[in-house]
This record gives sequence, structure tokens and C-alpha cells, in this order.
Amino acid sequence: MNDDLYQANIIDHYQHPRHYGHLENPDIVYHDVNPNCGDEITIELKIEDDVIREASFTGHGCSISQASASMMMEEIQGKPLAELRGWGKEEILDLLGVKIGPVRMKCALLPLKTLKAGVWGPSNWDGEDADDM
Amino acid sequence: MSEKRSELVKQLNVEEIRRDFPVLSRKVHGVPLIYLDNAATSQKPMAVIEAMNLFYQRENSNVHRGIHTLSEEATADYEAARKKIARFINAKSWREIIYTRNATESINLVAYSWGLANLHPGDEVLITEMEHHANIVPWQLIAERTGATLRYVPITLQGYLDLDKLNGLLTEKTKMFAFTAMSNVLGTIPPVKMLVEKAHAVGALALVDGAQAVSHMPVDVQAWNCDFLAFSAHKMCGPTGIGALYAKRQLLEEMPPFLSGGDMIRSVWMDHATWNDVPHKFEAGTPAIAEAIGFGAAIDYLQKIGGMEAIHRYEQEIIAAAMTALQEVEGLRMIGPPPEDRGGLISFALDGIHPHDAAAILDQDGIAVRAGHHCAQPSHDRLGIEATDRASFYFYNLPEEIDMLVRSLQRAQAIFHHP
Repeated sequence: MNDDLYQANIIDHYQHPRHYGHLENPDIVYHDVNPNCGDEITIELKIEDDVIREASFTGHGCSISQASASMMMEEIQGKPLAELRGWGKEEILDLLGVKIGPVRMKCALLPLKTLKAGVWGPSNWDGEDADDM
Repeated sequence: MSEKRSELVKQLNVEEIRRDFPVLSRKVHGVPLIYLDNAATSQKPMAVIEAMNLFYQRENSNVHRGIHTLSEEATADYEAARKKIARFINAKSWREIIYTRNATESINLVAYSWGLANLHPGDEVLITEMEHHANIVPWQLIAERTGATLRYVPITLQGYLDLDKLNGLLTEKTKMFAFTAMSNVLGTIPPVKMLVEKAHAVGALALVDGAQAVSHMPVDVQAWNCDFLAFSAHKMCGPTGIGALYAKRQLLEEMPPFLSGGDMIRSVWMDHATWNDVPHKFEAGTPAIAEAIGFGAAIDYLQKIGGMEAIHRYEQEIIAAAMTALQEVEGLRMIGPPPEDRGGLISFALDGIHPHDAAAILDQDGIAVRAGHHCAQPSHDRLGIEATDRASFYFYNLPEEIDMLVRSLQRAQAIFHHP
């Protein structure tokens, strides 16, 4: 893990987000915000036979939240929902590849929170500290 | 520039003052701390920390109850602090000062006690678009419960109250005009005395949110003639957990209690109770005694180092220098009025860098600023900005710290725009 938050790949995803925009007739659209910092993510999913056929997002916020969304979008295309259901903090931190402190953890995990709440409902999210409890 | 700077620093003896604040000598990420988040909370001098320690070491006991020595001493110190607060804002009497937890609770006290008893359908409460959420949300809730209507004085793109619109908004329907004396986002210092006069001219009461102003400039409630003033200790070198509400005596006599329980009563029967004299009528339960004593010590300290006039003058020079220096940062947009019309804080947005990212990079350089909407979403919405970074100064900040801020912001620009 790199100590410096602002690696070139994070800034690249922030400035050139992948899978950014809208889908035609998405099966799921879900929006969430971080009330403290105003990061916003809306995810759109097309799902067939319990597999994500296509995923996109829109939103705005800090580089960590937006890069996390962009990286997660690349990763989940074509993935079965059953596999994503088990995703947590670790999977996202691996994608980002930098050390995230407690303050920015909410930014990093907002996209995953939005995805899981959108597919399985808000009660499927135990919070950013779930692993520590 | 540097000659002028040393003149400035000498005026207030800033180098010496800094030694009174232990935290200012600590390091963050291996570099000296540069604390520019004073609008959120100020640092505490040893005089305040020691006054609170001494209370716990020497006279810890409950107030207004015991016949024993410790309780007598605690009560005397607790009430002496109230008198210091009263004199500090030039109240007519110590009875006009109610201890609360903070400015937010002070505004809630007025909203719930005065508001629920006096607001009716058709009445209007007027606030402004530059208010902190603490002076918005309580009025939203009280308006909902009473059927009163909440109205806003708009702000201009320069960050001033739109005074042309004020006359149309203040009418005989207006029962309360509640506004800040210093915006925590724009820094704007509105013409308080004139606003109070205009409120009174239509028969409305005037509440001033002094959370920022009382900490940074001289405040005289008799000169302003405001009906209420809300403020917190922790933004003016005092501890957290204690604040004050100033209110004119007659209003306090007429208002019903807010919180109830012990100490606020005169007599209690099975089916009813009668109230203690003001201000105790509004202070239920064991209060924050050490914190009140710390509040008093903070006021003593502010006066000892030169008083609010000198502090305000120093901060105005610092903010003018900061706003000039920040112009050197490419793609930086400052919001709010020019230095002469503001307090010692500046909010800004950087082109292509989210405020949280900028604040995280500043933090790596030891610089503490606030990022976000600063509990004032409506003012950001009005100016079409999602969020900002805010650098807020106090009398212990040095002009050199502005240079460090500028350099660190330039580093942020380099990381994002020339990676």
C-alpha cells in the first residue's frame, strides 16, 4: 500500500472516469450521498440472469470517491451478483492501492455502499467500520 | 512587506502569545502545525487549561446547593465567570446571561421557549441566506410546529446581504429577525445595529448569532440594542461544552422555561412548579461548572493580551495580506467581500481540485483548514459552489503562515494539473 494518497492512477480515474454516464433502460438506479462532505454517486445497472451486464455511474465529489467509483465500475462489468455480495472494504482498498485513513474511508466506500444498497437494499450495508467491529 | 509584517506581529506580541498555547508547538506529519481552522474552534491557552484543572484539583463540587466550603467557592467562581461574560459584551446585568452548551443551544432555547409561545400561523421569521445551519434548522422546526413562515434575506454574488430586498421582507408580519454578525463562510460582517433598528421598526425582535463575531471583534449588546445574542466559548479560547445566551431581562422574565428539572425551580408540588429567578430559570440540572470557569478565564486572557479591538485590527491586516497572497495561486477563486468588510476568514475553491483533496494535501504540510460546506449549505447554493476550503485566522497566526498556505496550495495544483 502506498502512503501517498494522490497517485497518478487515482488522479487519472478522477479526471477521466470510466463508465461515466447513463445506460438505456437500466434495471437498477440508485443514488447516495455523504452528508458530511457532499460526495454524490448514482449507479445504473443492467442485470441479466443475476449477472451485471452493464454498469455506469454519475456523480461528483473528491478524487477518492470518484476514482473509487470509476475503478469499481471497470471491475464489476460482467460479474455475477453472488460474487459482489461478499465484497467489502478490502476489495475496494485493493483497487485503489493506497492507504486510506479513517476520515477518507467514507469517500472510498461510498460507491460500494451505493451498489450494495441499490441491489440488495440499504440494510445490506453495515458501515465503513464493519470489519473492525 | 516583511517590515510591515514584523510591525504587525510586534503590535500584538504574537511570538510571545504563541507560547501560551501548547498545541501550537506540536508537529503534524513531521512539520510544524499551522492551525487555520479557528472558525471551527480556537486553540486553548494554558491560562484556560489551568483554571479548569485548578477547579477540579481544589474546589470540585456542585453549585447553588451546598452549604460547605467547596460548594461556596465553586458557586462563587461559576457566577464570577457569568459576570465577566456580561461585562465582556456590555450587558446591563449578569442576569441577562444564560449558560448553554454552545451558540446552537442558545438559538434553540430562543426558538423553543420564545418561539413556541409567541409564533402563530401568519407570523413570519426572517433569517438570511448566509446563516449557519444552527440559525436555520431550529427556525424550520419551530415554523413547522407553529404554522409561522420562514423567509430569507438573499445575499448578493459579492457575499453581502441584499439590503434592497430587506425592506420588502421585513413587515408587520415579521416577529423575529435572526441573523449572523459574521458569516462563517463568507466572512461578511453585516451592519448589525442598522438591522436591529429595522427589525424593531416593524415590531420584530432581533436575534444575533454571534458565534464568530464575539470571538473576533468588540461586541456591545447595548449599542447594537439586539434582543438576543448567541455565542460559544470554544471559538474564543474557552473550552467546548459551554456557551451563552444574552437576552434582555424583560424577555427572559416573560419566556417559559426551555429545559426543566433541578435548580431552575422555585418550588415544586406534585402537580405543578414555579420557576427560579432569571437566569437560573433557564438552567436545569448540574451545569458545566469547570467549563464556565474556563470561559471566564478565556475572557480574562483575551483582555490581557490586548482586548478585542486590537485582536480585530490584527486579524483584518492578516486577512488582507492573505487575500493578496492567495491571488498568486492559479485557478483559485475566493468568495465573499473584500477584507475591509469581513472577519479573519477566507473561503475559496480551486479549479479542478475538490476541497477535500486540497485540504488533505494541505494537511500533509501540517496546515489545518476546513473543507466542505461549513454547515452553511444555503450560502454555497446561492453562489453556485458545491463546497469550499476555508482558512480562518486568529490572533496567534503569523503572516509567515500565509506564505506556507500559498506554497502548499501551489503544490496541490501541481499534483492535480501536472502529475
